[in-house]
Amino acid sequence: MEVSKQNADRLTAMSQRIRLNGLKMALRSGNNGSHLGGSLSCVEIMAVLYGEVLRINLDNPSDCERDIFIPSKAHCVLSHIPALAEKGFIKKDEILNYLDDGGRIVGHPYRPDLGFEYPGGSLGMALSVGIGIALSAKERNSDRQIYILMGDGELNEGSIWEAFMSASHYKLDNLTAIIDRNHLSYDGDTEEVMGLDSLSEKMRAFNWFVSECDGHDTLSLLKAFSEKEERKPHVIIADTIKGKGVSFIENRPEWHHHRLSQKEYEQAVEEVMNAGGALT
Amino acid sequence: MKVTSANIRMWSRLGQRGAFFGIAMPELANQIENLKLVTADLALLSGMDRFRSAHPEKFLNVGIAEQNMIGVSAGLAMDGHCVFATTYSSFIAVRSLEHVRQHLAHMQCNVKIIGSAAGVAAAKSGISHWATEDIAFTRVLPNIEVYSAADSLEAIKLAEYAASVNKPMYIRLSGGLNCPIVYNDDYEFIPGKLVELKQGENAAIIATGLMVAESLKAAELLSEQGINCSVYNMHTIKPLDKEKLNELFRNNRLIVTVEEHNVIGGMGSAVAEYKATLKESPRQLFIGVQDTYTNAGSQRYVWEQLGITAEQIADSILKEIIK
Repeated sequence: MEVSKQNADRLTAMSQRIRLNGLKMALRSGNNGSHLGGSLSCVEIMAVLYGEVLRINLDNPSDCERDIFIPSKAHCVLSHIPALAEKGFIKKDEILNYLDDGGRIVGHPYRPDLGFEYPGGSLGMALSVGIGIALSAKERNSDRQIYILMGDGELNEGSIWEAFMSASHYKLDNLTAIIDRNHLSYDGDTEEVMGLDSLSEKMRAFNWFVSECDGHDTLSLLKAFSEKEERKPHVIIADTIKGKGVSFIENRPEWHHHRLSQKEYEQAVEEVMNAGGALT
Repeated sequence: MKVTSANIRMWSRLGQRGAFFGIAMPELANQIENLKLVTADLALLSGMDRFRSAHPEKFLNVGIAEQNMIGVSAGLAMDGHCVFATTYSSFIAVRSLEHVRQHLAHMQCNVKIIGSAAGVAAAKSGISHWATEDIAFTRVLPNIEVYSAADSLEAIKLAEYAASVNKPMYIRLSGGLNCPIVYNDDYEFIPGKLVELKQGENAAIIATGLMVAESLKAAELLSEQGINCSVYNMHTIKPLDKEKLNELFRNNRLIVTVEEHNVIGGMGSAVAEYKATLKESPRQLFIGVQDTYTNAGSQRYVWEQLGITAEQIADSILKEIIK
């Protein structure tokens, strides 16, 4: 993994493209609305994963040595699908068909051939699955890595703590959990709804190796991903902003799922373009 | 597995759970490279000592965390394992249900969930430990087949069958130690087929799990009064053996379903759902748990409270026939 300013700039540019495509998808969702808030908070995480970290191959998507990435917080399709498109798993013009009846990428599909390794949507379950895959990989001496993206609100789920406990028990240093710590769940501030308090201390107490980073700074993310400790699962607590990049969406709980109007879309695009990052 | 009468008696003493995990699984692990047995802190209770010492690399204990167990099992299956995951029926088919829906029904991971002590086997432990709704919860899920063993030998046959196919399923093991013997000799287990154990023309009794032995006794009691009922073992609750059911519906004026399970959503419901689609069909007597819980106590006591002992089954059938 190349932790450098130059590489980070490349991933920031990729983030901008993902953000713009996510906004297009949101506009296309029309009155149905879409999960913009939680998608925009993990754009940089997606860019770093798909642009640098993940060893996956479009020519052999079911390669049993491939890395596995599962967005357990599945309400990030507006950044996940554009990231998959960046990698070529989905055709760029197919992005906008993602809500079409009978389409290939409607409603949290389970399509490993398209890069959807797991049908998310119900929270708190994918970390357990990642543990099973990681255990199996260890057993057959595969060096594949397992990455699970979780929301902070998702951590309210109980079985996820069963999983946290078991990952360190089994010393799964081939497993990385990324927590998109955007401080908001559907109903508001995570600390008001169900406080997570000092998450990093909790994770250390569960015997995980903890990295903390700025989830919108690709260099900070690259550094976090490059760290590891033998015989411990790795958690990256990425400090983020829900709705990042669009002023009227940022930190607004109602944008967890919301309709984006044409006018709002135009303003959002302008803000994302002005924020820079389009270096290529 | 060598089926001799001595073995059948020994397996009966171990009960369905002991036979499944203590006898069948270690043997299957010798044959199947990618096998995994996963438990949620019930290795000792389930008689897994032999498996654990002979195949430590194929054994996994996730602790008292049934939901995580199903998710981890799915991950193992996604990387090529044939996984058997087990705990009490009530915990695997109720507490973990959404994990089961997601990973077995939707994703069709090659995971077999084995629920033990189904029915009211854990009678004195109380209702939390009973499983009288597990068939309903699992049967309603697409892509999951549902099996229920009549005795210890059948539990072993089910283990062998489950290991031989790449699909998700729920296997219901009933009772504790000393499981009554239904099959005194070896037989060919054919998945998906209703098994005729006794012939008779006055009514057809379809039973599952421990109620198969109980129904055979009931049929004996009835024949003493000149009423001859056929008895069928429904070891496969899903998919239903519609062909055989058609024949039973054609040839009988009364169908009796007997199960150690709620009459809502269980095996009897499965039979009735199919029967209701036919132009002409006989009436049905549902014997089972009548949508209730009773006081805890010995298994025999609870069965009496529920009205599912052989004598009570015979009595209910008699009343229904006279009616």
